[in-house]
Amino acid sequence: MTSHDPQLVHRVREILNDHKGMEGPLLPILHAVQHAFGFVPQEAIPVIAAELQMTRAEVHGVVSFYHDYRDHPPAAHTVRLCRAEACQALGAERVAAHAKAKLGVDWHGQAHGVALEPVFCLGLCACGPAAQVDGKLVARLDEDKVDAILGGMI
Amino acid sequence: MRVYVPLDAAAKALGADEVAAAIQAEAARRGVEITLVRNGSRGMVWLEPLVEVATDLGRMAFGPMTTADVAALFEDLKAHPKALGLTEELPWMLRQTRLTFARCGVIDPLSLDEYELHHGLKGLKRALSLSDADIVAEVRESGLRGRGGAGFPTGIKWETVRTAKADQKYIVCNADEGDSATFADRMLMEGDPFTLIEGMAIAGLAVGATKGYIYTRSEYPDAVSQMTRAIQIARAAGVLGPSVLGSGRAFDMEVRVGAGAYVCGEETSLLNSLEGKRGTVRAKPPLPALQGFLGKPTVVNNVISLASVPVILDRGAAFYKNFGMGRSQGTMALQLAGNVKFGGLFETAFGLTLGEIVDDIGGGTATGRPVKAVQVGGPLGAWFPRALFDTPFTYEDFATRGGLIGHAGLTVADDSVDMLKMARFALEFCAIESCGKCTPCRLGAVRGVETVDRIARGDAAAIPLLTDLCDTMKAGSLCALGGFTPYPVMSALTHFPDDFAVMREAAE
Repeated sequence: MTSHDPQLVHRVREILNDHKGMEGPLLPILHAVQHAFGFVPQEAIPVIAAELQMTRAEVHGVVSFYHDYRDHPPAAHTVRLCRAEACQALGAERVAAHAKAKLGVDWHGQAHGVALEPVFCLGLCACGPAAQVDGKLVARLDEDKVDAILGGMI
Repeated sequence: MRVYVPLDAAAKALGADEVAAAIQAEAARRGVEITLVRNGSRGMVWLEPLVEVATDLGRMAFGPMTTADVAALFEDLKAHPKALGLTEELPWMLRQTRLTFARCGVIDPLSLDEYELHHGLKGLKRALSLSDADIVAEVRESGLRGRGGAGFPTGIKWETVRTAKADQKYIVCNADEGDSATFADRMLMEGDPFTLIEGMAIAGLAVGATKGYIYTRSEYPDAVSQMTRAIQIARAAGVLGPSVLGSGRAFDMEVRVGAGAYVCGEETSLLNSLEGKRGTVRAKPPLPALQGFLGKPTVVNNVISLASVPVILDRGAAFYKNFGMGRSQGTMALQLAGNVKFGGLFETAFGLTLGEIVDDIGGGTATGRPVKAVQVGGPLGAWFPRALFDTPFTYEDFATRGGLIGHAGLTVADDSVDMLKMARFALEFCAIESCGKCTPCRLGAVRGVETVDRIARGDAAAIPLLTDLCDTMKAGSLCALGGFTPYPVMSALTHFPDDFAVMREAAE
């Protein structure tokens, strides 16, 4: 596969250059690519594979293994709700159901420019239910806080 | 006026940044000169944001603070509505034995000077005066065991790496703290990162490794940036680099960030991920101690294990092993989480009973309802009913009672929790997070969810099937994900059979 976007290839090559000499550089490279583009574009994979002397299938296998890497641009806003046990003990399921109903989507769904993602533990287990809203951590989430958060987005 | 506002992620999630900004603004408005220190958390999460003000008597604590409480900090402190008294005299603090977390919340986490004023670098300096074999012997005699969950003796692991012959060896810190109810690694990395750096440098000297990696989670952006800055500071000060503290011996390290895969907390998956591969589990042997990162001898230790090494080298093995009970020696950083009144981090010697921890230290549930069950050791740990609250908190006692202490995270749940749902969740989680390499985990978890659903529909014949499936997963899985998922499932079924019988009885 050849890329039709010389700018994209140029940027990926810059990232590859920044990671020269690293031991096990693929995850840092993919993080940097996702940081630059918002996702890991298909066209980046053969460029990375050639540089690291891997097959495209191997690189694709790594990208698809990890939950963090997206193959499409992110939504304008991302709300990540913790689903883990400590947050469940404080009503995380109830709060998640409220958020799903409000947006009209299930996990991994998008509506009104908001993506709803599950997350398993943000390390805020003593002040749950926890969430990460566009990168900002929120503790002691309840239905009112969800309304306030989503109200500012949609 | 010296004011402390935690930068800990939990404190920030509860509004610490806004409180800090309000304090700056109020000081400017009043023309009062202040020094605002962003410290780590003292571990009293129910009081966060916990603000401290230095006084002649000691540091006074105020919490939980809101921006509306800020103005009163500039008036009579004792009359402040959120005044709690001197931090060090709070019951939560007085009852602890803080060895690993001695500096967390006390010092400015990025001040190497303050770190040294509080016994920092003494362990490393002593290690530099010892032979590699003597360092390992000190750690072995301390009784330190892996704090990540497996409980393997740290000194024995180090000895294997020390005596291995190789041109390159590595120290890998497992900071992939993905277990629900655990946040000790995060707290330490944010609140006292130099302790982890010092512990890793000592490990490097002990086994002959010159390079270290901290593998942590993308869900922990604060810990990542704090650790990265601390490493830069340590390098600039000559604590890390080609000549550690001028000794002529090299050790350096860097932070690597995972990509949202729970299984990468398993040490062989972690090593694959660090190498840039899919985070699949490796079969053992070969042990990572002999063929680890890039096939070289590698120490893989948890954050708290490595962060406990400086105090052991500083105070000596005998001092450390004096704490604890039986073969569980030293202290453990308990993490009280979930539906608990006083949630947070409490470091204490091994040996308190589960009931003392939950009812006494934790104060029972936050909702005020009775405690129904406590999951000990994260999502792969067993649920304990009140009937087992006399279990002493040690590796052995929990194993005897069909559980594990894991990373010492405790999720408290009140009587509204449905244990069948929790069993189903454990299997669903395993299905989502399985690396897919071995069949019992990959397929067993999916079949397990279906089997629990059958039980929920009133099919009692599915109960022995679930038991059988759990036996297979336990015995046949390559790693702890598939192998330990049966703990929450079977403990729920064994201790809370009523939750699995409701539908059947309703049908009868």
